[in-house]
This record gives sequence, structure tokens and C-alpha cells, in this order.
Amino acid sequence: MYDFEFVKPSTIAEATKALTAEGAQALSGGQTLVPTMKQRLAAPGVLVCLTGIAETKGVCKGDGGLHVGAATPHAVVAREAASHYPALAALAGGIGDPAVRNRGTLGGSIANNDPAACYPSAVLGSGATVVTNKRKIAADDYFQGMFTTALEEGEFITEVAFPIPEKAAYVKFNQPASRFALTAVFVAKYADGVRVAVTGASNDGVFRWSEAEEALSKDFSAAALAGLSVDHSDFISDLHGTPAYRGNLVKVLTARAVAAA
Amino acid sequence: MPKDHGIGASVKRREDIRFLTGQGRYTADINLHKQGYAYFARSEMAHATINKIDTTAASAMPGVLAIMTGADFAAMGGNPAGWYINSRDGATMKEPKRPVLAHGKVRHVGDAYAIVVAETLEQAKDAAAAIDADFTELPAIVDMAKAVANPAHRVHDEIDNNVCFDWGWIEDNRAAVDAAFAAAPHVTTLELVNNRLVPNAMEPRASIGDYDAGTGDYKLYTTSQNPHLSRLLIAAFVMGIPENKLTVIAPDVGGGFGSKIYHYGEEAAVLAASKALRRPVKWVAERSESFLSDAHGRDHVTTIQLALDKDGTFLALRTETMANVGAYLSNFATVTPTFLHGTLMAGPYKTPLVYVNVKAVFTNTAPVDAYRGAGRPEATYSIERVIDKAADELGLDKVEIRRKNFITTDMFPYTTPVGLVYDTGNYQATLEKMIELGDLAGFEKRAAASKAKGKLRGLGLSTWIEACGIAPSHLVGVLGARVGLFDAATVRVNATGSISVMTGAHSHGQGHETVFAQIVAERLGIAESAVEIVHGDTSKIPFGMGSYGSRSLAVAGSAMVKAVDKIIAKGKKIAAHMLEAAEGDIEFADGKFSVAGTDKAKTFGEIAFSAYVPHNYPLETLEPGLEETSFYDPANFTYPAGAYACEVEVDPATGQVEVASFTCADDFGNVMNPMIVEGQVHGGVGQGIGQALLENTIYDENGQLLSASYMDYAMPRAEDVPFYTVDHSCVTECTHNPLGVKGCGEAGAIGSPPAVVNAVIDALQRGGYKHVTHIDMPVSPSRVWAAINA
Repeated sequence: MYDFEFVKPSTIAEATKALTAEGAQALSGGQTLVPTMKQRLAAPGVLVCLTGIAETKGVCKGDGGLHVGAATPHAVVAREAASHYPALAALAGGIGDPAVRNRGTLGGSIANNDPAACYPSAVLGSGATVVTNKRKIAADDYFQGMFTTALEEGEFITEVAFPIPEKAAYVKFNQPASRFALTAVFVAKYADGVRVAVTGASNDGVFRWSEAEEALSKDFSAAALAGLSVDHSDFISDLHGTPAYRGNLVKVLTARAVAAA
Repeated sequence: MPKDHGIGASVKRREDIRFLTGQGRYTADINLHKQGYAYFARSEMAHATINKIDTTAASAMPGVLAIMTGADFAAMGGNPAGWYINSRDGATMKEPKRPVLAHGKVRHVGDAYAIVVAETLEQAKDAAAAIDADFTELPAIVDMAKAVANPAHRVHDEIDNNVCFDWGWIEDNRAAVDAAFAAAPHVTTLELVNNRLVPNAMEPRASIGDYDAGTGDYKLYTTSQNPHLSRLLIAAFVMGIPENKLTVIAPDVGGGFGSKIYHYGEEAAVLAASKALRRPVKWVAERSESFLSDAHGRDHVTTIQLALDKDGTFLALRTETMANVGAYLSNFATVTPTFLHGTLMAGPYKTPLVYVNVKAVFTNTAPVDAYRGAGRPEATYSIERVIDKAADELGLDKVEIRRKNFITTDMFPYTTPVGLVYDTGNYQATLEKMIELGDLAGFEKRAAASKAKGKLRGLGLSTWIEACGIAPSHLVGVLGARVGLFDAATVRVNATGSISVMTGAHSHGQGHETVFAQIVAERLGIAESAVEIVHGDTSKIPFGMGSYGSRSLAVAGSAMVKAVDKIIAKGKKIAAHMLEAAEGDIEFADGKFSVAGTDKAKTFGEIAFSAYVPHNYPLETLEPGLEETSFYDPANFTYPAGAYACEVEVDPATGQVEVASFTCADDFGNVMNPMIVEGQVHGGVGQGIGQALLENTIYDENGQLLSASYMDYAMPRAEDVPFYTVDHSCVTECTHNPLGVKGCGEAGAIGSPPAVVNAVIDALQRGGYKHVTHIDMPVSPSRVWAAINA
């Protein structure tokens, strides 16, 4: 690890200012950034720690549904969202291991937008709103491809507002080594339709499987998926699965998520 | 009531108190006054010519104490291969020099070409990044078949087809084996890969070199399974310093699994740097370095053929294997695919004719060497897989085909067609025990329950044998070993009757401190708390060969028992004098020397005291003191064997395999501490399940290691393994060592992979996927799904 400056602002305004510094890099739970720095693959001059801002932490029910502060660790979401949005809580409780869940945050996860991360599928699958220090961004506009988001220079997430569905479930198939999602599917049924978000599968990051959404909006049952298949032409190919295998998992896991919802 | 102490008792491990409370003292915990920190510059290319390494700018960086490169070590000797293997045409094996640091060429990603020592580790890393090194990249040789086929591409310029040796075992039998195949009513052929593994000891390698300019003595703290062997290699072969000027200390070591048997260049480099700087030099590997530079395991590509009668009687077996040895020969690299593999190809079966061919191939990958089981897992996997395939082809029961071909108890000692003499065993007994404990009779019921959940259940068997207790020197000498493989122990009775045992074995997780004390205490009739086991320091222990090959108890333990016997014999002489009786009338039992038929006796403590305060002592005929050393060289290998049953559930929609149950019935000979034996079996089976389902080491065509971290290298976790059923009640005592023990450390890793894979194939066959006759390890979800949908 190379030397760096460290600042820990306590308000959103202070953090916004701190991030204007030359070489500033936002740090949340540090579960990706810190190991990258330890391997000398990243060398930010200033780390601006975003976990000291009280208003970006915690889980509460409000007008927009369930509001989760960006700096809330996964373990807290797993505990405090359980009675409001069980599928979201279960997803948070299945990320990494206890050490990761007690440090890693919602904001950090979706700001990084790892193509195999769990949280992006919940945010997209819920049609959530990503609130930043500058604006509100609809989930459909926020995720823009692998490790790419709508966040601009100096912009950081303060909270995510999740509309609470009638039914939902997240089914993850673990990558055998990392236990990230080899492929995972988040299914949520709302009064105005069903959303199906897939993570771990595509070279383009998290995406909505629109054919499945359409079918499930008419008939919310695993049987409604029969005959459908997902286009896997731009799916990830790696040591753990081919595009065809991931395509199969999308279908199998979607059916299982519908059954579990 | 079970014993609570002594031989056969499940005494809790005394060393665990320090390990579990953070009081263990590992090499990384040791810090010496004024130590510098070493970092190794490693090749990012798999294969390249070194044009230039200019350290001028790097040497001027803050805190830098020294930078040494391959050129600084060019005059030193190479790190040798411990076994000399000849090709079947009589040609000698190719043994390229393995230098301390790469010189002239780098030959694998992670090949170290410079050591940088600085006041801090970060300064050393900064300077390593500033070394001006210029390379010309060469084509990487990764795939063994291509390595052999393309003479223009050479890992070592002097070896034209990258073949180290082409070994036939036993060459004289080849024609008879081929003739049997030509005449056989049925031949089953199976091509398989024994997947390459990264050892992943919990503690990465670490070394501290400490040169004393006042005395000219070198001291090395290092993560070694065999400090004396490391000392011999470093002193006599590599650095050319007298052994008496080098002390090697392997303190607490956090797992080895074979990877810490070997001497590595980093050890010589920190010693030389310490001498140059007159300061201690410390290096601790990062996990990424472990992946790139520890000796890997397995990596065989094999074609095995079994010739049978229609009734399943084995007529002959032959194999052709390519074994990857990586870029350089590690110390046991040549014996692992040959004498630890080919000699086991008879298994527990009376197959009359066996022939084994192994080509060892150099590639631009990390060296490959012994990893828990070492050659024997490869042999067992090949045999047990081809038997299952043959049974499927002939429509025979998988239990019956094994039972029919077992060597039977009336056949011992049994000479195999591949050069071993099994002294004893009872393969039927462990098979029947496994059938009972695994409730094989209830399998169909469980399969039906799995089917109701949408899962396919399969049952896989493995009846395995290994040769361990390595090794009889007279035999291994004939086979090409360059060292003896005895072991040694010194038993020192202190004046007050407490005992220090100095052993050549090294404990890096096995529990020697507990179980060796149990044995000595029982033999001498004293409390275990009065016995201390000393290991790991060449300045304290006699010359022993360390721990690997399930040898600690069978070889070093035997040396210890023989030293204890000498103590008792001398004690009898002292007692005879003190009790004014004839030596022949003295009996020793329960810690007392007594005169037969009388109540006259002296305690062990009284005899010990007399030996050191010899006021009333036969000084004219007997030396004072009570300390004995024994060197023990076994007459034969030991042959543990067992029968394993694995049940899996396969999810056909995703290809996910879950191990539902695992049953082990083993014959380890006499068992000293059942709890420790069970722990060894659990650990070994866990590693075997890891190999079978999860672990894989993948280099791409450019020689880059793709599975270079835990993000892509899948280690087994608690949730991946079931609660094991483990039994070791079927005992046939080893006929040639004093404790009647065989060894258990590698068993689980040897016997389990074929049981797991056989279970998966069985599940798919039963599920109607008749076209799936084999899936290479690791049997990952994507591979299972692809096989189902092929």
C-alpha cells in the first residue's frame, strides 16, 4: 500500500468539499478499495471516508418505501430491513462473510457496481431511487455497465429508497471460489408489474430480463417462464462458467425466485 | 471405560492451547534486532530472456540496504532433485540447475530474479518496482502435450523436448502386459486429468537469515517440515558452507501438506543477504506469492486401461501419464510421479500384470511436487475410476467387482507386480465395515427421498491402499533416492526424572507434542506432563528427515520407542546394582524396576536420580547419565488401506453437487490417539473433496496464473463437507515396527477424490444420463451441467 491522506467528514457538505481535493477518492466500507490498495493496484492521494456521516446511516420506512443510508453496513440491513423488506434483508445477509457484512456498505457496493455483486440486482429489481449529494437517480438510469454508473466526479450516494413490493425473492448461485454471485436473480412483484434483475451474468453488468418480466406480470408463477430463454451472447465467460451455463442459471434461478417469493 | 491417558487414549492436544490463544510462535512472529525486510522481485512473464537488471536507481532509494540478483548467486550450487530417475531406454534424467535466483532466463510467472532488502517492507517494495529490468519475452510452454511435441520451444535450452524422463515400471513386464491386453475379453479405457492444486497452507512461507559475523555462524528461521533436510540442502548443495556453521530452526509451522518439505531459493537468499549486510534479513510471503511460488501438487494427464474377464476378474492394467514438473525440479518432483505413484498401481487388488509409463515434462509454470498423498492419490484416482467405468460397461456391481479382485488375507506377505511387498492387510474387513457404517443397504431409500426433492443421488466407492512410513533406505536407494530416509530420536532423562525427547520429526499441525508424550509416558510408566517433545531445531535434535509421507509415527516414533527401550535396559542395570540382584531378574513395569518374585523395587525417578548422582552406582561397568539416541530405518513401507463411501446429491438443473455423506473405514494399524487420527482423516477427506469438487489451478496459454487468489481458487469450506463417519477399528498391525502402526496423515486425501467423482457419475447414470461416463476434477457445477447437456 502506498501512503495516502485520510479525512473523515461528518456532514454531507464537508464530504462534498473534501472530494474536490486533487486525487480524492471516496471510501465507504473499503471491502474492494482497501484490498486493491494493499496490492498496490490503486494509489489514491486522499481517502475521503464516508462512514462518519450520521444522516447516511440506518434503515427507516418513509414515503419512498424503505430508505437505507448509503453507509449502512450489510449486517445492519440484514437485521433492520427484515420486517419491512425480507428479500432485501436476506440478500444483505448473504453477502460475503460476517467481517465483510459488518464493514461493507450498500453505497460502496452500488458505487463500485461489480458485475457479480448482489446489491445492484436489488436496487434495479426494486426500481429504487439512488439519492446522491447532488440529485436523485432512478435505478434504471443509474447502472450503466460493468463498474460503470451515472455517478459524476465528486458525486456520492447518500441513500437508496426501495419501493416495497408485494412479493420478492433473491436467489443467488455462488461462484465456488469468491462466493460472489456466479449468477443471481432478484424478482419483485409490484402492483404495476414484476421486475426481474440479473447480476453476475452479463458483461454489461446488472440488467433486467424484460421477457420474463412481461410473462410474470401476466402470471406470477414459475410455469410462466416455460419456453423463455435469455440471450446469452454477451454473457461472462470465465473459469467458473460459460455464457450458456449462465444463461441456464438465469432461467433456473428466476423460476426458483418466483417460487420462493 | 476408554483410557484417558497413554497409548490409545484421545488425549486433547497440548499444543492447541498456545495455537488457539494466539501464543504460537511462527517465523513471522520472530523479530530480530536490526533486521532488514526483504522483498523479492518476481517475473510477470512466464518465459523471458533477462537482458539486463540495473539496480543503480533502485539501490539509491530511501532505506534500501542491498539488492542482489541472479548474477550474485550464479557461483552457488543448484537446488537438487532428491531422486535420480532413469528413462526406460536407460538415459539419465535431465536435471537443469535450479538457481537461488533466476539468471539468464525467467521460467515462470513468480520466478524471483532479485532480492531487495530495506529498512521497511514498503521501502523494499518501492525499490523492487524501481529496478530497471529488461526482458525479451519468449513463447510460454504451458500445455504438456505441446511441450513434448514442439522441440523448438524449450523451458531449458539444453533439453530439446522438455522431457525430464520417460519412465517405465516395470519395463521388463511390458511385453507380458501388452500380450494380456491383446488377448483380453474386455478392455476399459479412461482418459483423465488429475487437477493441479495450490497447497494453501494457512501460514505462508517465511524465512529469516541471521549471520553472526563474530562466529561465522548462520542461523535460518524458516517454515520447514524438515529442518535437517533443509540444512543439508542449503549447506552442502547450494551455499557450500559446513553444516556445523548453519542452524535451521523451524518453529511453529502453520501447515505444510508437502509444500514446506522443500528448500526454496528465498532461504539461501536471506542467508546470503544477512551475511552481506551483517544484519538479520526477514522475508514473509504474501498470499499472492504463495500462489505463484509454492510448489504445486498433482497435475497429471493419464490414460489408464484395465483388461478384464467378462466376470470382472482383473487381468492386466496399464497407464500412460504425463506429469507436469513445472519450470524447475523441486526436491521430490521426480519421485512423486514415479515411485510414489507407479508402485501403487496394483492397489489392493491381485491384478497379475501392471505396467506404468510416466513422462515428466517441464513447462513454464511453478514447480510441481508432493502434495498430501503425493503420487498415491493420483494412482488411487486412476485405479478407482477405471474400475467403476469397467463395472458400468460390464454391468457388474461396484462392491462385487472390488471384492472379487481383492488380495485376500491368506496371500500376505504379497508381492505386487509393481515392486512392493505388502506385509499385512485385510481389505475385506474394511469394505464390510464401510458397508455397515455407510448403511449401503439403505441407499435406494435415500435415493428415492432425493428424487422427491428433484435431486439425483449417487453412491461412490473407493477401496484404497498407500505405501507410507517413508521409507526403507535400502529400498529407496535402489530406486534412486539420494538420501537415506531413516529417522532419529534422543530420549534424555533429566536428573529429577522428567524427560525431554528430541525428535527428527516435525509437527506442523499433526499433534506430535501430545501423542509422542503419550507413547513415552506409557512405556516408562510416568505422567505425560513429565515428557516434553522437542522438535524443529537442528542444534537440538538428532539428524532426522522430518515429516511427510505419513512417516512421523511409523519412523520417528519407532526411533523414539527404541531409544526408550535403551533407557529401560540401562535402568535395569542400575536397578540391579542398587537392589543387589542379577540384571536378568529385574523387571520393569508401571514405572518401577523390581526384582522378580520379591517386593524389592526402585521407582523410575530413583533410578534417574542415581544415574546423575552416582554415589551408589556401578561406575566401573556403566557410564553415569541416562540419555539414549536411536536411529531407526524401517524394513519396509507401511501399507494403510481402507474403504470409503461417498453419497452425493446432484441438482440436474444447475449441476451443483452436494456431498450428502462420507464414510471411512480405515486400517491404520494400531492407533495411538483416536481423536488425532480422526482429525487427520477429516482434514484429508476435506482436502480430497476440495480436489474433487472445487480446487483448480489454471494457467492461460501465456503462462499467466488465472486462479491466483481466493477470488478464483476455490477452497473447500465447512459448508462443502458433511459430518464424516470415521472408523479405524479394523486393525492389522504393521509387522515390522515396534508399535505396529502404519500412518494416517495422507489417507483421507488419497482415498476420497475417486469416491466423490464415482458418486457423481453414479448419480448421473442412475438419473438416466447414460452418456456421462467421466467428468474431470474439479467436478464443478458448470462441468456437470455441460456433461448432462452434452
